[in-house]
Amino acid sequence: MEEIIIADKLTKQFGSFTAVDHISFTVKRGEIFGFLGANGAGKTTAMRMLCGLSKPTGGKASVAGFDIARQSEKVKQHIGYMSQKFSLYEDLKVKENIRLYAGIYGLSDSQIKEKGERLMHRLNIYDERDTLVKQLPLGWKQKLAFSIAIIHTPDIVFLDEPTGGVDPLARRQFWELIYEATERGITAFVTTHYMDEAGYCNRISMMVDGKISALGTPKELKEKFNANSIDEVFRTLARGAQRGE
Amino acid sequence: MKTLLSLIIKEFKLIFRDKWTIMILIGMPIVEIALFGFAITTEIRNINFAVLAPQHNETVRQLVERIDANTYFTFVGYLDQTKDIDKAFRKEKADVVLTFKSNVGKQEASSKGVQLQIVTDASNPNTAKTESMYLMGILKDYFSKTDIGAAGVTSSVRILYNPQLKSTYNFVPGIMGLLLLLICAMMTSIAIVREKEVGTMELLLVSPTRPIFVILAKMAPYLTLSIINYITILVLSVFVLQIPIVGSLFWLSVISIIYVFLALAIGLFISTVMSTQVSAMIVSMATLLFPTILLSGMIYPLENAPVILQYVSCIFPGRWYISAVRKIMIEGLPLHYVLTEINVLIIMSVIMITLSLKKFKHRLE
Repeated sequence: MEEIIIADKLTKQFGSFTAVDHISFTVKRGEIFGFLGANGAGKTTAMRMLCGLSKPTGGKASVAGFDIARQSEKVKQHIGYMSQKFSLYEDLKVKENIRLYAGIYGLSDSQIKEKGERLMHRLNIYDERDTLVKQLPLGWKQKLAFSIAIIHTPDIVFLDEPTGGVDPLARRQFWELIYEATERGITAFVTTHYMDEAGYCNRISMMVDGKISALGTPKELKEKFNANSIDEVFRTLARGAQRGE
Repeated sequence: MKTLLSLIIKEFKLIFRDKWTIMILIGMPIVEIALFGFAITTEIRNINFAVLAPQHNETVRQLVERIDANTYFTFVGYLDQTKDIDKAFRKEKADVVLTFKSNVGKQEASSKGVQLQIVTDASNPNTAKTESMYLMGILKDYFSKTDIGAAGVTSSVRILYNPQLKSTYNFVPGIMGLLLLLICAMMTSIAIVREKEVGTMELLLVSPTRPIFVILAKMAPYLTLSIINYITILVLSVFVLQIPIVGSLFWLSVISIIYVFLALAIGLFISTVMSTQVSAMIVSMATLLFPTILLSGMIYPLENAPVILQYVSCIFPGRWYISAVRKIMIEGLPLHYVLTEINVLIIMSVIMITLSLKKFKHRLE
């Protein structure tokens, strides 16, 4: 299978502090790649570099075939991004949010109409199309945000703790959407701190103190660390961490 | 282009959805003009005057009648002795007292000249100064028609461009300078910082949108609003306050556009430095609002300020803009009299735009 993300000794230093320390990994097309780690482990910094928001100070990486340092504008055209914290304009209506993002990614008016309607029907929110986003329940918002993040059919969608604060049922539905997307060939790069969700991923990596300390399928990791759950693997690894929460 | 358009549509929707903000922004010039034009006036209308004269002869009576006929003055009565002046002021019966020292109107008086004294209640020095100037004007006018002649009254006060001392003349350029700065700089910085605070800015930056588009889209509604406000202020001042635009409307608008761009650049700069809406607002207020009110000659004449403050005032764009507007709009001076102001504003704009774009790009690294 084709490798859609290749990171090679990717490093980010802020002064004397090394936030991301020579990480190397690859992600295959259509995969769900879980990117795990405690707060402060360097997950967000690594993800920001891959999205072209921050320039690496060492090593290199390519996303969708483009070098993240030299071709960050190209990278941006081939990725989608969604975060639990900030995803949609609360004071815009559902359909206005769809139109805005589709417009930013350069979709034509007819595409916007067609894809927008399909999206709203899929999420069963067609009747709410004129509702302000801030009036929607959190679970709906996150599903909408995800669907909008992939409206331009990117190669990869980066999901930064997408399911924070929602109930298990809504999380389950959210993961169904991710599966649907990967069936269409979209790669999902997910950070999460719900360890049960890590089990939904094809492969996971665990970051501790800026380094990747474990990488493999959930099954492989459990066997390697002789643990019953991913949570246990994580706690074994996190015990050696220098950086606090 | 499509991207930019989507962003601009979004900005307009967001700002017009916020009914209160939009009402305040559009209503602000109307309220300010009404407040400054009618309520907070530094112009003095009802001056009560009393007269202390040793003899109430013909000349004294004529003068009193003359002053009383003036719309600004009301005669409240004759005083008997010097110590009554103090009493009249304390009881607020009189604002100004006209004292006749010698026997005005008599033959020997005219040869020696007339000795008059104007005593004003200077608990408010600005008011006192204006009152004495008014009175001086009337006296001079009166004596110029008698055999004493205007030469007998010496006064070095001349009031140019605003012969009626209408304070409205002075504050209209001030309000323009203040409101345009406030809307463009403060509102733009708050709007950009809000996106940073909520996090949606990150989302725009991760998209293929060029950062400059994000900024241009943010500025578009405030540019529109400031043009609306500019027109509102001009219309109100011409038709309601009846202040004519003496000079060129074209150049007035050109200078205003330069000023608006400068203000937008300042707003962008503040937004790149500050990270919360509250801090952006406080910084805008402290660095833009107060200096513009106090150091631009909007309310208090800059010439009265200590020299050091006059130099300090040079770094605030409002001062230059207000001075240019005053020269063109009120004094009707041709363009070459405001070249300094225009040049300063252009240089400031270039510096601010360069700085803020650099800073904005740097933040993305």
